[in-house]
Amino acid sequence: MLRFEPRKNRSKFLEISAPIIAVIMTMIFGGLLFYLMGKNPFEAIKLIFWDPVMSPTFSEYSRPQLAVKAAPLILIALGLSFGFRANIWNIGAEGQYIMGALASGSIGLALYPLQAWYIFPLMIIGGILGGVIWAMIPAILKIKFNTNEILVSLMLVYVAEQILALASVGFLRNPEGLGFPGSRDLSKYSSAANPELISGTGIHLGVISAFLGVILLTYFLSYHRTGFHIKLIGQAPRAANFAGVDLRYIIIFCLSLSGGLAGVAGMFELTGPAGLINIDFNVGYGFTAIIVAFLGRLNPIGILLAGVLMSLTYVGGELAQFMMNIPAAAIQVFQGMLLFFLLSTDLLVTYKISFKTSIRK
Amino acid sequence: MDLGDIQISLLLASLIVAATPILLAALGELIVEKTGVLNLGVEGMMIFGAIAGFIATIETGSPWVGFLFSILGGASIAFIFALVTQIFRANQVASGLALTLFGLGLSSLLGHSYTGIKPAAFSDLHIPILSEIPILGVILFQHDPIIYFSILAVAAVYFLFRNFRLGLILKAVGENHDSAHALGYNVIVIRFGAILVGGAFAGLGGGYLSLVRVPQWTEGMTAGAGWIALALVVFASWQPLRLLIGAYIFGGVTLLQLNLQALGLEINVALLSMSPYLVTIGVLVFMSARRSRGSLEAPRSLGKTFFGL
Repeated sequence: MLRFEPRKNRSKFLEISAPIIAVIMTMIFGGLLFYLMGKNPFEAIKLIFWDPVMSPTFSEYSRPQLAVKAAPLILIALGLSFGFRANIWNIGAEGQYIMGALASGSIGLALYPLQAWYIFPLMIIGGILGGVIWAMIPAILKIKFNTNEILVSLMLVYVAEQILALASVGFLRNPEGLGFPGSRDLSKYSSAANPELISGTGIHLGVISAFLGVILLTYFLSYHRTGFHIKLIGQAPRAANFAGVDLRYIIIFCLSLSGGLAGVAGMFELTGPAGLINIDFNVGYGFTAIIVAFLGRLNPIGILLAGVLMSLTYVGGELAQFMMNIPAAAIQVFQGMLLFFLLSTDLLVTYKISFKTSIRK
Repeated sequence: MDLGDIQISLLLASLIVAATPILLAALGELIVEKTGVLNLGVEGMMIFGAIAGFIATIETGSPWVGFLFSILGGASIAFIFALVTQIFRANQVASGLALTLFGLGLSSLLGHSYTGIKPAAFSDLHIPILSEIPILGVILFQHDPIIYFSILAVAAVYFLFRNFRLGLILKAVGENHDSAHALGYNVIVIRFGAILVGGAFAGLGGGYLSLVRVPQWTEGMTAGAGWIALALVVFASWQPLRLLIGAYIFGGVTLLQLNLQALGLEINVALLSMSPYLVTIGVLVFMSARRSRGSLEAPRSLGKTFFGL
């Protein structure tokens, strides 16, 4: 019979190796999936995990894309991880990402074509606020009425998508766009643009913010009282209760943090890589970030690595799509698998498993 | 719009059609949650059932085979969730999210070459005599077999939890898995089974969506229906009959919204399209506000992992 004994200390060795095992398992099963689709699995895996960085033909395009796609994933996942630690499940980051972009875009477009230094900072604040306000809806409803934040935050994604559609064909549409949906290109409006800082690297302000976020939040989680409380709620909710941790404050804090980071990620994406607000602005970063948060074991530095890895599957997935005609959905399946394997291997970290027969007294 | 009685009865009849996918999925989730498992993967199971049933119908020409495959599809993808949460004891919330992401991806992968095809029609079954009743006959007795099944299934689940030993065992496992275990019930096996049944129902709901309700395959066609089904279980306070009422109210909102869009009123399409989600939030708030004062009806072990054995 299987027996589970909680480990006294989480195994450090397994803590690091479990995600690696999960990635290897995903490669094996993903390879099997590609094989079933009639594609060469080894070629596909190499194209996804190796070629974007190492191939001389592709890496010139792919390497910058790696940073561009990792930045929003890391920013959003950093915020989510705090809530996940404290059992506060914001899964509506996609919506907060959209609202951040819409809020900052509205500011930028309202001031167009004014040229001033303060426009970009104003848009950053707008992006943060847009995300925070959208995340405050599930937070306040949870505090006031004990409403399930999972469902509310998720429902608000669909609402945000409709507002995005409304904006792209309506109030934010480019007046000079011949009636096509979509706003003005903010990346071409120098006061609002978030350009590539070092050419050929893909590094823009969002990428730098993601790095800063990792450093700040690592520090915060280790040394700040609220960071400690968040860890405490996750590991020993009763102890947290006795210690007088105000759960309402933690809910507000975690949802503001994740909403704000998702919002600012949307802002950087809008003013840089995406350029304009359009119906297809959001591409699922808010959902993939959930995987990133878990892959990084809810730890800021882990999330940094996980974000890069997940970005690799996106960029590599595009390559595989282009070179081997593997549909984009296959990559989504791949990412889903990864999350399953991660969650399953988590057992190894927290529990000691033995195959002893149970001893009867 | 002509508001004559024929129109209204047709409207009510199509309300039932609109509500059935969510009703089926929510009923499955209700069974799962009664045993203390929170499966947030309803959306993923639904959409996988939708594409499994759709492909089977296109390939065989028979919607019946299609529905069978919807059920099998939903159950088989739920099997992964059961494996991960019950055997590997993974966190249920995260695993449910993984199931949704996985199901959405896998379905659009499989459905790649099936967009824009119309499946074989699924004929209605007019119940003799009863379907002849004026107005009521049109509303209730001129539907397809799946609708009758969904209503019978609600009744069956109602009586299962009220009158049968099995229902009591399921509830015991959901209320307190340690006590149920001490009484000699195999918590893991019972939950595993319930998850598969829940997946089968969600799959059937998805199949109904792609084979009857729409009927077509489009990527991500469930558009949050699975999440609304989850909300519906909360709304119904884990009671099957309330689930039926809730689903039909929700079907009404969806239909009203679509009809208003078709009428081309001055109301914005985007505003109408977001209304089902806003209504869901409103209902959730209303239910949880009422509940925070009274007793909690949720199964006590809901979402908690059982580490015994």
